[in-house]
Amino acid sequence: MYDLIVVGGGPAGLAAAWAAWEKGLRKILIVERDRELGGILNQCIHNGFGLHHFKEELTGPEYAGRFISMIHATGVETRLDTMVLEVTWDKRVCMVGKSTGYREEQAKTVVLAMGCRERTRGAIAIPGTRPAGIFTAGAAQRYVNMEGWLPGKRVVILGSGDIGLIMARRMTLEGAKVLACVEVMPYSGGLSRNIVQCLQDFDIPLYLSHTVTEIRGEKRVEQVVVSRVDENRRPIPGTEMVFDCDTLLLSVGLIPENELTRQAGIEMDPRTNGPKVYENMEVSVPGIFACGNVCHVHDLVDYVTAESLRAGEAAAAYVLSGDRAGKTLTVQNGPGVTYTVPQKIRTEGVEKNCGIFFRVNRVCRDSEILVTSGETVIAKYSRSHLAPGEMEHIMLPGVLLNKAEGEITLSVREA
Amino acid sequence: MKELICIVCPNSCHLRVDEERNFQVSGNSCPRGAEYGRSELMHPVRVVTSTVRCRGGAYPRCPVKTNRPVPKESIFAVMDAMEGVTLTAPVRTGDIVIQNICGTGADLVATRNMEKEN
Repeated sequence: MYDLIVVGGGPAGLAAAWAAWEKGLRKILIVERDRELGGILNQCIHNGFGLHHFKEELTGPEYAGRFISMIHATGVETRLDTMVLEVTWDKRVCMVGKSTGYREEQAKTVVLAMGCRERTRGAIAIPGTRPAGIFTAGAAQRYVNMEGWLPGKRVVILGSGDIGLIMARRMTLEGAKVLACVEVMPYSGGLSRNIVQCLQDFDIPLYLSHTVTEIRGEKRVEQVVVSRVDENRRPIPGTEMVFDCDTLLLSVGLIPENELTRQAGIEMDPRTNGPKVYENMEVSVPGIFACGNVCHVHDLVDYVTAESLRAGEAAAAYVLSGDRAGKTLTVQNGPGVTYTVPQKIRTEGVEKNCGIFFRVNRVCRDSEILVTSGETVIAKYSRSHLAPGEMEHIMLPGVLLNKAEGEITLSVREA
Repeated sequence: MKELICIVCPNSCHLRVDEERNFQVSGNSCPRGAEYGRSELMHPVRVVTSTVRCRGGAYPRCPVKTNRPVPKESIFAVMDAMEGVTLTAPVRTGDIVIQNICGTGADLVATRNMEKEN
């Protein structure tokens, strides 16, 4: 019997396991389907990781390496090359591995840290032929950065998510010509810093309010057609531009990977595509926790770490001192806010502050973030700049939550 | 007055740099932002991250970085210089791959451990 089984050995799973060990759990198992720990950070060779958590600028592999060393210094067990097939509500974990075969393990608590996967061409239904040369940006990133293959020489990128922007620079550095980055929304889905250092540094044009309307080519991509879209994201006839290229990279969103979560009957949130969680990252089934991109897609691994440390600590508290109860508040998203994590807060569980992550639904300047309970504003935060591509974070003092009843609402008011 | 977006960290602060007043920076939320704002207008620099060939490890490429920012105009020279390198596993994070790469004063260093595969 394990105290804790962590599903996934990426940054979320590593931080959760480490925190649970630090809080006193001793029978901990991390199950990872890849051949090594570290998850997607291993292919994110660019820098900019760790400024919050380690107070220095690291690359993805360096950030992962720090946590892998921390885990190796504990007695946490790891099982690599092993895929979890099912997690049950009573915390039985079924898995299959190359060398160990099929195994079932019982745990007192489970942390779900499966991360997310990329949305593909099928999911966004681009018309045209089906030639070779169409990749998700993350797949291309793995080819270039780990396996040493350059997927193409003349590249168009659809979507301006961070991975797409990072790959625009990466392909350019490796000698490919990146012709354009095309974004259907009127604003970029990535961090502003990546627009600057990945596109502007290399004079790669960004076409906002544009999309790919046709892919041409029989065996290999030969051309893509890009059109302007109207405010309802419908292509405008007559605005077509044709790019001669051999490769189309898709950076069109990430989907939290929650098959195991749904199978376990855990309550989901359609806004995040992840499980609904309490302030301690516990899901609707007591003793099961979720953290990282499986809960909601983060821009920053440092925030994944912060969230996952909380999940690991909470798993330890569950084993050592039992279930939590008490007053529960529901967190609602009001005007301007797409989602919040956590979705529920048990006020008893809040020590000094309760951190809330959220995203806004449009670009806003000089705004106020309002937390209201009924008609009363219980907290206010000002921000000079808000964008959907940049996750926001507030720290809500616990004393304010004691005054609230039922639900609190987070909204944005632009000045 | 020049407006730019800070790239030091993912906060992406919106900076204003006053060229008339000794490149004074506002809008930054940390000292690194002020430093970035000044250097970006006077002499822009970037950390270069890429990979080099690696023999005997789990993967054929080993990730590397310049251990300090290099002048922006030398990015492609740095890329060319690392093209000729082949490492042999085991490699440790921080191992120097090329010292003082292209005379920039920065060393190219490995950014992961690459164990020797049997």
